[in-house]
Amino acid sequence: MTAVVEGTANANDTSQIPAPDGSVTVTVKIQRFNPEVDSEPHWESYDVPALPTDRVLNLLINIKGYVDGTLSFRRSCAHGICGSDAMQINGINRLACKVLVKDLLAGGGRRAGKTRQGKPTTITVAPIKGLPVMKDLYVDMEPFFEAFRAVKPFLITYGNEPTNERIQSPADRERFDDTTKCILCACCTTSCPVFWSDGSYFGPAAIVNAHRFIFDSRDEGAEERLDILNDAEGVWRCRTTFNCTDACPRGIQVTKAIQEVKRALLFKRV
Amino acid sequence: MPTTASPPAMAGTSRRSGTLYIGDPGMWSWVAHRITGVLTFFFLFVHVLDTALVRVSPSAYNAVIETYKTPLVALLEVGLVGAVLYHALNGIRVMLVDFWSKGPRYQRPMLWGLIGVWVLVMVPGAFFMLQRAATELFGGH
Ligand code: HEM
Ligand code: SF4
Ligand code: SF4
Ligand code: FES
Repeated sequence: MTAVVEGTANANDTSQIPAPDGSVTVTVKIQRFNPEVDSEPHWESYDVPALPTDRVLNLLINIKGYVDGTLSFRRSCAHGICGSDAMQINGINRLACKVLVKDLLAGGGRRAGKTRQGKPTTITVAPIKGLPVMKDLYVDMEPFFEAFRAVKPFLITYGNEPTNERIQSPADRERFDDTTKCILCACCTTSCPVFWSDGSYFGPAAIVNAHRFIFDSRDEGAEERLDILNDAEGVWRCRTTFNCTDACPRGIQVTKAIQEVKRALLFKRV
Repeated sequence: MPTTASPPAMAGTSRRSGTLYIGDPGMWSWVAHRITGVLTFFFLFVHVLDTALVRVSPSAYNAVIETYKTPLVALLEVGLVGAVLYHALNGIRVMLVDFWSKGPRYQRPMLWGLIGVWVLVMVPGAFFMLQRAATELFGGH
C-alpha cells in the first residue's frame, strides 16, 4: 500500500528515558512528517522502556520529552474524555491515552498486538487516515468539524418557550442515550473506508451527532437534519462495514445509529 | 525540486497514513462482497454476449461453447459458484443489517454463520462439479 521508506533501524538515542523497575523495551514505530523538510511521511523507530501499565500516550510523551522535542501530536485530558489523541495504533484507530502497553505485548489484546511470546514488541503509531496531515501525528480536523456543524448539532425548537424545563420520559431519553456519549475524537470517521476515498462524505461522527438530536423527543429539527443527511454525501454512502463501531472509544454502536437514521429516512418515521 | 525555504508549504498535502488498516471483519466482508459482485458482473457480461451469439449464428455459438470444455473453465465455474454464493449470502446479511433492528448487533455472528454455510456448500459442491467435469472431459461417452 504505502511505499514509505523505512527509517534507518533504531538510530534514535533513547537512553535518556528513565526505565523504572519492571519495564520492558518496546519499539515504537512512528510515522513522521515534517512539512518544512519532508515531501513524504517516513517511519522512525524508537526503542523505549515501557511498563505494562503505561499507556501508548506515555511512550509518546517520553519520546517527545527525552528524544525528539519536535514530535507532534495532540493530547489534552489524557483520560479518554477530550477526544484529542485519536491515532492509528497497530493499524486500528484508538485514543493513545486509552491503550495500555500490556494489551500490545505478547498475545494480549484482541487484534491489538501482532507480537508473540518472546518476540520483541513493536507498536506502530500513525496519524488517523483521511484528514490532511499537518505534522507527524497531528492532522487538520477542520473537515471533520465542518461535517459535524453541518448537521446542526444543537437543540432546535419552534413556538413558545416553556416556562419550566422540557419534560422527557426515561424511555424517550433512552432512545438516543448511546449517541450522547460522543467525544468527537474522529476515530470513527477516519476508520471509514468511504471517508478515506471521498472526504466529502459526512462520516459516522456527524451522523451520530445528528442521531442524538433527531431521536430526541424535545427537538423539532429532525426534518431539517434528515434532509441534510439524505444528501448524496449523507447516510446513503455508508456501506455498513462496521469499522466505525469497532473504532469508537466510547463503545457507541455507530453503525446501528446510522442504520436508524437510514430507516427514519426510508419510512419517514422517527 | 521542493525547496526548504517555504516552511509549512507541505503541511496538509499528505493524507497518506499508516499501513494497512486492520478494519472490522465487516470491512473485509464488504471488500469481498464488492469483489464477488464485480466478478459476477463480468461473468454475466460475457455470458450475455456468448448467449446472444446463438441469434447470430448457431454454429459460432457451438464453437464458442466448445472452447469452454477445458479443466481451466471447469475450475472457473467452481469459482463463479463460490463468488455468487458468497455474494448472495452476504447480501442477505447486509439486508438484515439494514432492516432488522438487531442486525447491527449480530453482524459478526451472521458473518461467521455465512462463512460456515459457504464452506458446507462449497466443499461437496466443488467436489461434485469437478467430478462431473472430469467425467465429461476425460471419461468419454
Ligand atoms: C448476480 C448478479 C449480481 C451482481 C452482478 C451483483 C453485483 C453487486 C455489486 C457490484 C455490488 C456493490 C457492492 C458495494 O456496495 O460495494 C452489489 C451490492 C449488493 N448486492 Fe449484489 N450482485 C448480484 C447478485 C446479488 C444477489 C443474488 C444478492 C442477494 C441475494 C445481492 C445482494 C446485494 C446487496 C444487498 C448489495 C448491497 C451491499 C452493500 O450495501 O454494500 N446481489 N452487488
Ligand atoms: S459502517 Fe458506514 S460509516 Fe461506519 S465505517 Fe462503515 S461505511 Fe463508514
Ligand atoms: S462516535 Fe465515537 S469514535 Fe466517533 S467521534 Fe464520537 S466518540 Fe469518537
Ligand atoms: S488525551 Fe483526551 S482523550 Fe486522550
